[in-house]
Amino acid sequence: MRLPCPHCGERDSGEFAYYGDATLKRPDGLGPDEMEAFVDYAYRRDNPAGPHRELWYHAAGCRSWIVVARDTRTHEIFGAEPARSGASSAS
Amino acid sequence: MRYSIFQILGQALKGNRGWKPVWREPEPKAEYDIVIVGGGGHGLATAYYLAKNYGLTNIAVVERGYIGSGNIGRNTTIIRSNYGEPGNIPFYEWSLKLWEGLEQDINYNAMVSQRGVLNLVHSDAQRDAAARRGNAMRLHGVDAELLDTAAVRAMVPGLNFDSARFPIHGGLLQRRGGTVRHDAVAWGYARAADSLGVDILQHCEVTGIRVTNGRAVGVDTAKGYIKARKIALACAGRSSQVAAMAGLRLPIETHVLQAFVSEGIKPLIDHVVTFGAGHFYISQSDKGGLVFGGNIDGYNSYAQRGNLPVIEEVMEEAIAMFPGLGRLRVLRHWGGVMDMSMDGSPIIDKTPIDGLYLNCGWCIGGFKATPASGWCFSHLIAEDKPHPAAAAMRLDRFASGRLINESGGGNQPNHH
Repeated sequence: MRLPCPHCGERDSGEFAYYGDATLKRPDGLGPDEMEAFVDYAYRRDNPAGPHRELWYHAAGCRSWIVVARDTRTHEIFGAEPARSGASSAS
Repeated sequence: MRYSIFQILGQALKGNRGWKPVWREPEPKAEYDIVIVGGGGHGLATAYYLAKNYGLTNIAVVERGYIGSGNIGRNTTIIRSNYGEPGNIPFYEWSLKLWEGLEQDINYNAMVSQRGVLNLVHSDAQRDAAARRGNAMRLHGVDAELLDTAAVRAMVPGLNFDSARFPIHGGLLQRRGGTVRHDAVAWGYARAADSLGVDILQHCEVTGIRVTNGRAVGVDTAKGYIKARKIALACAGRSSQVAAMAGLRLPIETHVLQAFVSEGIKPLIDHVVTFGAGHFYISQSDKGGLVFGGNIDGYNSYAQRGNLPVIEEVMEEAIAMFPGLGRLRVLRHWGGVMDMSMDGSPIIDKTPIDGLYLNCGWCIGGFKATPASGWCFSHLIAEDKPHPAAAAMRLDRFASGRLINESGGGNQPNHH
């Protein structure tokens, strides 16, 4: 599997570290029902079999966080963009 | 048909032409008392123990593929109970005890081989951790021995003892651990469950779970709707998708784990040996092939195949541990998809939906758990309360903070 780093081009997946679902949003911690929201955020996942937006860190390259769109059934890569561009809810 | 030495001799005289299929291939009935989703080891064991221990036989096991096509046939066949957490040790020890009596119980040769599982240690700190885990095991009545380098050298002479980077300082040995022929576990449980009246429905994918007024009432399948009084999910790897059919969102990510078999060689490794400086385990099958594996690839995947970086890492670990394997060729490798739970431990529990029971989150350690998983899950389904050995494996522990975290890491789905 090779990931298309927006800065470095297509690189071997061994250069990257994986951090999982890029669509999770950290609760702000101030609302009344935040406990349940934090359990959702920390533990529960959609875990789709199909297209998945996910965070990767280019540890052995440009050391930037990127969001990759990938099919979890086939490992087909649809694209990648810098996480700081707003592609990740976590950034 | 009960297997015995006389039957084998009789069949040999008749040219082995008298063997019959060992389970039926029935059409689904319109309704069952219990529908088990997933015909892997855990689902089949659950069906068998429901029938044997509780006399419940109006049961269907529905399987998307064929019996033995999933993780029950994709693992590295290791059994052990060398765990360190209170919620885990009694459960895995009960599993090992069930393995010890399994073949007589189901009248099937599963080639249970208690050849010993040896965890190597490579530093003082690791030896301390091994001693602590061994003591925890012994306090629970589980066998554990801390070996020094000389004892390990006598057991496994081919290891790289004097490696400058990873010297071997000893190991933690569980002599009762070992290997079991994994396909035979699926076939043996399937045959035993079928003979007690359980319907095994292969090529019967579940496409929906019907819930009425907060109660699960049936499943839609490739062979039509099946009504059920209770529905039990045992479909690790696919748990998130199947549970989502009932509106549940699980604390699980699905990851791929690879395993490898080398060409056959003469007896070299008599035990199961694990590398302490990485994540690697190896044993030798009775056919002579070395069976080994390492860590998960580390990204969400349902592909049942992995990628080269992990293959390279596993081979490096093999050579670091056994330099003499350098000229050996790998014959086959494959991947299985794992329910990686967020604390590395499984879930055997009821769900917020009445009549829907959940067995999932086995991470990369589900094979050894097969008998106890079936035993405890059948208890939960039949009695509607958790079995004492699996009482900690709750679905709500992630919210309540009662995690069972062997590796002591955070909420990451890459423990085991």
